[in-house]
Amino acid sequence: MAASSTTISSAGPARPARSFVQRLRGGDEVAYLITFAAAASILLVTGLLVFELYINSSASRAKFGLSFLVTKTWDPVAGQYGAWPFIYGTVVTSALALFIGIPLGVGAAIFLAELAPPAISDALTFLIELLAAVPSVIYGLLGIFVLIPILRTVEPAIRAVLGWTPLFQGPFYGVSLFSAGVVLAVMIIPFIISISREVIRAVPGDQREAALALGATRWESTWDVVVPYARKGIAGSIFLALARSLGETMAVTMVIGNDPKVKASLFAPGYSIAAVIANEFTEATGQLYTSALIELGLVLFALTIVINAMARILVAGTGGRNG
Amino acid sequence: MTSRLLLRRKAVNAVMLTLTGLCTLFATGTLVFILGYLFIHGGKSLTWNFFTKLPTPVGESGGGMANAILGSAKLLAVAMVVGVPIGFLGGVYLAEFGGTTFSFIVRYTTDLLNGVPSIVIGIFAYTVIVLPQKHFSTMAGGLALGVMMIPIAVRSTEEFLRAVPVSLREGAVALGASKAKAILTVVIPAAKNGIMTGIMLNLARVAGETAPLLFTSFSNRYWSPGWEQPTAALPVMIFTYAIAPYEDWHQQAWSAGFVLLTLVLAVNVIARMILSKAKHVAR
Repeated sequence: MAASSTTISSAGPARPARSFVQRLRGGDEVAYLITFAAAASILLVTGLLVFELYINSSASRAKFGLSFLVTKTWDPVAGQYGAWPFIYGTVVTSALALFIGIPLGVGAAIFLAELAPPAISDALTFLIELLAAVPSVIYGLLGIFVLIPILRTVEPAIRAVLGWTPLFQGPFYGVSLFSAGVVLAVMIIPFIISISREVIRAVPGDQREAALALGATRWESTWDVVVPYARKGIAGSIFLALARSLGETMAVTMVIGNDPKVKASLFAPGYSIAAVIANEFTEATGQLYTSALIELGLVLFALTIVINAMARILVAGTGGRNG
Repeated sequence: MTSRLLLRRKAVNAVMLTLTGLCTLFATGTLVFILGYLFIHGGKSLTWNFFTKLPTPVGESGGGMANAILGSAKLLAVAMVVGVPIGFLGGVYLAEFGGTTFSFIVRYTTDLLNGVPSIVIGIFAYTVIVLPQKHFSTMAGGLALGVMMIPIAVRSTEEFLRAVPVSLREGAVALGASKAKAILTVVIPAAKNGIMTGIMLNLARVAGETAPLLFTSFSNRYWSPGWEQPTAALPVMIFTYAIAPYEDWHQQAWSAGFVLLTLVLAVNVIARMILSKAKHVAR
């Protein structure tokens, strides 16, 4: 009632422009200002985040410049900091995760979107999306105590088949780039499945019907018609998964071996950007050490931002939602 | 010739379809395996002490993680105070007042913030709170988790507000309500369940976060009084106990993993049920 009377009185023609206080009483401006302030503070927080990373890494940036990115030595005792071993480890483990995760994830997405009866598909997707909610430290826990023993038993078989390549040389202690890649693969598969399934489902039905009417088999209609139609969205889901695996910290830290060396063999222990920050940040003594770690954070930030942006452009292009 | 080609195509069809089925089996099998292993292993070593006792020194058995459970709860409380108001109000802005270049920028930045790795958010909280104060604290850890909550809170709020039918808004305005009043008394109550569920899911997500806590709330072997001391948290305890070389600690890590995963999955299952029900009603 009170609201209606204010509306009527304010609509009166004789009244000059309402004063600031009167407009505040109406509530609209107040609501606008409060919510605007909240929205603006999101920009502020993000801006501050970038600013803090930049400012607090200044000592390291001033000392090493761009060569920080390609220097292979990470020796806190000698005051020598180079990011290359960590960038290498991050990229290699993520690439391995994608190598394993893409076929499995996209395959399962195709099955769930195209072949499984809707009720079963929904139930399985529900289960798979729960996998995405499992905290990463739990993946790490399972990585240490379950996955590594399993990998130790299958290691001779892998070596027998692929041992001639430089990728599978040297002793296998359990903690390694390989283990980290496998854990990451398990973690990103749910992402690839749930987004890819949605973009595949969004492909118009007449595309499939046309292919089937022309005599295509179920697989041909799926692989030659539906999947190409949805390829941008699927690529987007892969980029999202990649961004996630690049920034993944706990699960990787627990199984990668934490050794800042660049080795071609996947069986060798390695290190990732996120893992070195997690392990060494609290022990970092001296400004240069801390600022080198913060600069690593800045590198990781830049990497994931670029990958995420690409993912969003791709997913938005096909009208896929989620993620 | 044709029949041979047809046979080949049919064979490819059957093989590939089976393969996709196997992929699905693998993905769901992993979940069943993870849950099964954790429940069997963690449930076995879980005792009442876990919930009521402090951690014991190495070699002394029978300790618990009561301080870490309380610590996690306190961290989540701070995170809610930081993340929910900004996220909720920001979502209201985007859904109700948006449509300009500014809201495009806000939406874009929110997506960007959502993509920032949690460890980087931890560095941010470290530089903003720990560095000036020169000590680890519950506040710093809570801030890190709160910042992580913002993007999801914005997005879920906006989504649920947009799902409220226009006719409801029009009805309220036609009855003479101002826009603010319509939003406050009609639109938000209509979207309340969805928004609350979104916040629950959001909390469950950050409850398992470990990386941003390592150098913000750090850890604590004892109870953490107040908000300005370092505190133990369940996920951090899982990490430290899992990488320690003591068999007894590994068992504790499994118990903690069991408790954490049960909480997180329970919230997820309940929230998804509520959400799917709400969707059916709306349709």
